[in-house]
Amino acid sequence: MERNPMRRQLAIMRQSLFDQGYLDEQFIQLEELQDDANPNFVEEVVTLYYRDSARIILNLEQALERKPFDFNKLDGLMHQFKGSSSSIGAKKVKAECTLFREYCKSGNGEGCTRAFQQLKREYATLKRKLEAYFQLARQAGPAETACCRKE
Amino acid sequence: MNSSSGKGSMSAASSSAAWKAGDVVPDQFPAGLRVLVVDDDPTCLMILEKMLRTCLYEVTKCNRAETALSLLRENKNGFDIVISDVHMPDMDGFKLLEHIGLEMDLPVIMMSADDGKHVVMKGVTHGACDYLIKPVRIEALKNIWQHVVRKRKNEWKDFEQSGSVEEGDRQPKQSEEADYSSSANEGNWKSSKKRKDDDDEAEERDDTSTLKKPRVVWSVELHQQFVAAVNQLGIDKAVPKKILELMNVPGLTRENVASHLQKYRLYLRRLSGVSQHQSNLNNSFMSPQEATFGPLSPLNGLDLQTLAATGQLPAPSLATLQAAGLGRSTAKSGIAMPLVDQRNIFSFENPKLRFGEGQQQHMNNNKQLNLLHGIPTTMEPKQLASLHHSAQSIGNINMHVTSHGVQGSQNNSLLIQMAQPQPRGQILNDSTGSHAPRLPSTLGQPILSNGIAANVSTRNGIPENIRGPGYNPVSQTSSLLNFPMNHTSELPGNSFPLGTTPGISSLTSKGAFQEDINSDVKGSGGFMPSYDIFNDLNQHKPQNWELQNVGMTFDASQHSNSLQGNLDLAQSILVQQGFSSGQMNGQNRSAAVVSKAMFSAGDCTEQGNAQNVNHHLNNLLVDNTIRIKSERVADAGPANLFPDHFGQEDLMSALLKQQDGIAPAENEFDFDGYSMDNIPV
Repeated sequence: MERNPMRRQLAIMRQSLFDQGYLDEQFIQLEELQDDANPNFVEEVVTLYYRDSARIILNLEQALERKPFDFNKLDGLMHQFKGSSSSIGAKKVKAECTLFREYCKSGNGEGCTRAFQQLKREYATLKRKLEAYFQLARQAGPAETACCRKE
Repeated sequence: MNSSSGKGSMSAASSSAAWKAGDVVPDQFPAGLRVLVVDDDPTCLMILEKMLRTCLYEVTKCNRAETALSLLRENKNGFDIVISDVHMPDMDGFKLLEHIGLEMDLPVIMMSADDGKHVVMKGVTHGACDYLIKPVRIEALKNIWQHVVRKRKNEWKDFEQSGSVEEGDRQPKQSEEADYSSSANEGNWKSSKKRKDDDDEAEERDDTSTLKKPRVVWSVELHQQFVAAVNQLGIDKAVPKKILELMNVPGLTRENVASHLQKYRLYLRRLSGVSQHQSNLNNSFMSPQEATFGPLSPLNGLDLQTLAATGQLPAPSLATLQAAGLGRSTAKSGIAMPLVDQRNIFSFENPKLRFGEGQQQHMNNNKQLNLLHGIPTTMEPKQLASLHHSAQSIGNINMHVTSHGVQGSQNNSLLIQMAQPQPRGQILNDSTGSHAPRLPSTLGQPILSNGIAANVSTRNGIPENIRGPGYNPVSQTSSLLNFPMNHTSELPGNSFPLGTTPGISSLTSKGAFQEDINSDVKGSGGFMPSYDIFNDLNQHKPQNWELQNVGMTFDASQHSNSLQGNLDLAQSILVQQGFSSGQMNGQNRSAAVVSKAMFSAGDCTEQGNAQNVNHHLNNLLVDNTIRIKSERVADAGPANLFPDHFGQEDLMSALLKQQDGIAPAENEFDFDGYSMDNIPV
């Protein structure tokens, strides 16, 4: 248990992200990669993810504005997005991606639109939570263990 | 790992030296492994890079396939392994995989968030040595070095295989390799070839890890030299050692050639298969890696099936091919057909195909996967059986051919028959094994050039297979094949007895024939003659098959019937091819017989085949092909034809000639208007 209250808080925050299903095991893989040479590796990756995925989200929005839907294209875009999201461990976002793709495969335009809205919500929620998390981590100062993983 | 202990001191020294020369310090292996990772997703790329660095590998990342290729081309020997994403905007990951395999012969690992069976299968068939599902965990990356080691090991093995291990210039380490490879050689080789991406051969051999040979980058020129050498040698004779000698490139080793040969075959096979019947062929069996010439049967069967399945290749022919291919593996018929590749491919189905019976089952099943798919069904058991041998060889050929759309069972029987006859002539240079694979791939390609051959043409590169040692007869066929294929003079040595199946013909033409065929081929451009043959064959009596001729296939050609002859020719060619040109001569006879058997057996099938063949042929070729064939065939008489080998090649060339509507190519066979009947059986 971290003696530093901030660290403790950080640990709790982190744990809840896992417990609530926002993050999965892959996030831990990223944390394990963080070391002295790359002390902010996880944050860097997540930042890169949000920057790059914003582009894909925009493409998806544009594609969803064109009627009729080009399901192949939508599926392709979502495949990319899913790959990215899964690589950072964004569990809920990834689930929405899968749902979206299901709708694409069955040609359900209505379903796609709904799933996309839900996806954007999850995406935004996670972003908020992770931003708070990293901010706290920076404030808590360089911990002996980077993402306070090791308790 | 680099323990050189196993090898002789020399090998040890060289191996460690090799490592050092490279970039990895021997005893630190796999640290320092040079990895190139390609992914358009920057997030994944960043994560992968970090993971690989954590594994102590040297990482280079790029987000575009084109960039990756140029990096690889500029830094020959600059990388040990490549990891690539499947879905990329500028180039399909599988395409990149093919390029790398062919040009640089590096192990490639594919990755994707897509874990669908089809995609993974595609990875396998395209020659990926592994397939990772995203998100990738670091544990998965820790072991990628095994693919590097395995590849090296297999290259050594190929080396041995093809050259009949006695190469004097082999380094001591090779002998080491030979040791364990020979002990489990068959299995090893085959299995490794077959399951390149499987880790079943994961026994890491220390020596292999130390056997780091400088990677050879196959530039366009080098590759052309390679192809020329293969063509020149003939599919049957295209053993790495000889190819190496012909190429006369300083610094190039036999292993380099052997592994390239393998890839080439796979590549060709894949091309023919892919273009034609992608679904079937690609998935199932185009495993390039399997190109090893191992038991052809797998391949043969597969191709055949595919061809058959596609409907282009007469089912029987497929069967034949398959049989040929299969035969090879079983070493029964000695159909050396380059089926080796097939092995990989067909491994699934092969067992069945092999012997006709199996095929039948397959055929019925529509197992797309197994190229044989088409073949088994149509092939009649007996045909298959006979063909078996030939089929094996042919199988290889067929493999490709089949993809073309072998017409259906009917053809298969033909094919199979052809395959069978091949007396173990080794059509495919059994010894080399590597050759075997070639054919299939080549076969597929050349033959199909015309219509079917579409795939084939690309293969041309395969000539090697066909070339096989002593593939004389094949040459003829090769010409024939060439036609379909692209008519590129290159026709890979596919000298496979394309005869029966259009596809097959293509095979022959493919590479091996190049040399021989060129004369014959006259530019028919497509070998399609084989198709014609079938048609004709139907008309003629099966007797044609009796061609004792030289190359069995030629027997067919002997038939003045032309069609028949063609068929036979095709068949024999196929068979011949399978048998490894050299052997063909003697074998041809048998092949011829077989073909005959096929014909007779498959009278009905023949018809069907012929039809099928015609189908293809017609589409592909011009009717004249048939005509030509008859002419050629006539000459094919054993006497005329190459004494042994020839059969197929002559047939092929004859066939090809026909395509042109010209007199039989001046091929040695000298078929001109020689009625089949004359052919001294």
